[in-house]
Amino acid sequence: MRDIAIISFAQTPAQRAVKEQNEVEMLMPAIHGALGQVDMTIDDIGFTCSGSTDYLAGVGFSFVSTLDGVGPWPPIQESHVEMDGAWALYEAWVKLQLGELDTALVYSYAKSSPGDLPMVLTRQLDPITVAPLWPDTVSLAALQARALLDSGRYTEEHFAEVAARSRKSALDNPNAQLAWDRPASDVLAEEYHVAPLRKSDCAPITDGAACIILAAGDVARSKVERPAWIRGIDHRVEPIHLGLRDLTVSESTRIAAEKAGVADGAVDVAEIHAPFSHQELILRDAIGLGEDVDVNPSGGALSGNPMMTAGLIRVGEVANRISNGTANRGVAHATSGPCLQQNLVTVLEGEN
Amino acid sequence: MTEQDAGAILSAPLIIEYPFKRTTGPVIGAFLTGLREQVLVGSKAADGRVIVPPAEFDPVSGEDLTELVEVGPAGEITTWAWVTHPHEKHPLDQPFAWALIKPDGADTPMLGAVAADGIDALATGARVTPVWAEEREGHINDLTHWVLEAEGGAA
Repeated sequence: MRDIAIISFAQTPAQRAVKEQNEVEMLMPAIHGALGQVDMTIDDIGFTCSGSTDYLAGVGFSFVSTLDGVGPWPPIQESHVEMDGAWALYEAWVKLQLGELDTALVYSYAKSSPGDLPMVLTRQLDPITVAPLWPDTVSLAALQARALLDSGRYTEEHFAEVAARSRKSALDNPNAQLAWDRPASDVLAEEYHVAPLRKSDCAPITDGAACIILAAGDVARSKVERPAWIRGIDHRVEPIHLGLRDLTVSESTRIAAEKAGVADGAVDVAEIHAPFSHQELILRDAIGLGEDVDVNPSGGALSGNPMMTAGLIRVGEVANRISNGTANRGVAHATSGPCLQQNLVTVLEGEN
Repeated sequence: MTEQDAGAILSAPLIIEYPFKRTTGPVIGAFLTGLREQVLVGSKAADGRVIVPPAEFDPVSGEDLTELVEVGPAGEITTWAWVTHPHEKHPLDQPFAWALIKPDGADTPMLGAVAADGIDALATGARVTPVWAEEREGHINDLTHWVLEAEGGAA
């Protein structure tokens, strides 16, 4: 395996609705922020890969027009995934493994605000037996939350503690959309949104964009003092029908974490992509994180959840902590699909 | 970027359509035909489990599944969520429960909407029975929703 590192990460502030900019305008500061931090231009990039979805943009092949954000002339090598940017990062990592190129730029973005997001997301479900019922994202997550409560492993108090801790951590994150310091008992005092979930158990609706730059070996070392090396990366998917899965565990995350080598060393920090509070508990167990791990110091998706981007931001948050020396080894997780259907885990490490 | 006040931003409604037609095939087609006849069918997986709605491929091994078996139609709630403010697109316009429902004889649950008087009427393990549309056309909405079985017998 070739040594590939994250050398730069930038994101736009998580906002409820970016009305005055189109997708390209919203995306530009993330791309050019990430390039500028390492004194690079698009001419220095070997491969570009993006993650977004036409279902939110409302236009077929919408990602083609957002390539204007990188300035793809003369023609560039590029690709796109209709997925969170964390999977675009996976594709870029594979591309660099081939050994022909040394640098890659990965970006993702979404404006979730123009449509009815929980209803738009029903279009990712089985189109014949499930999608016609219009089961919104929050309702499906609530089915999972109830199953987890019924398992006896966690209580609504545990959900509330995740909700409160995440928003408190977000006070230190200038890009967060939701940040506050209130006790978990305040969360429990809220009315149910879709029982057993309360509003504070749910991620906000967010518009935003993010960009990561990857570089191989000595190219990475020449650009930054402390690259965040990708030591393992793996993704797995489960059946689309909720009835075919045990919703109280995340088997795909468990396998991805094992393949990525999470257990091969101590974990200082973990950024987990959990759009609902109970999902963080399921994911912590699946990844196998101990009580001593600093989980979601950024505030996580509960403090800002730009679709197609919140997973890539998890990777960037861990990379930043490794590059600035506050962590030596970290785990980033990204999810996609209903109730944690598909999951990606990557292990990042600094060089001593 | 220059600041714009929200009133100066042009906006217009956009209705997106993805007008694809799908062929349902012998497995999903049989499930939909069953709904028209007020019958639920599942498929037998390689390990003997009965999957509802039927799966064309085994979720573990990936092999073709062709054996169909009749299940339910009554069943048991395996998990549920209470919706206080239904969306206009939801199957019911009064507060209701989404539930995963395991029809009798099946080993996996399917998604459905359950009508009930209130959140206190719901429980994991509660028994439910389907309510069928008067005019059925071989569509998942032929089964309009589910209701709780009355205590001591069918509703």
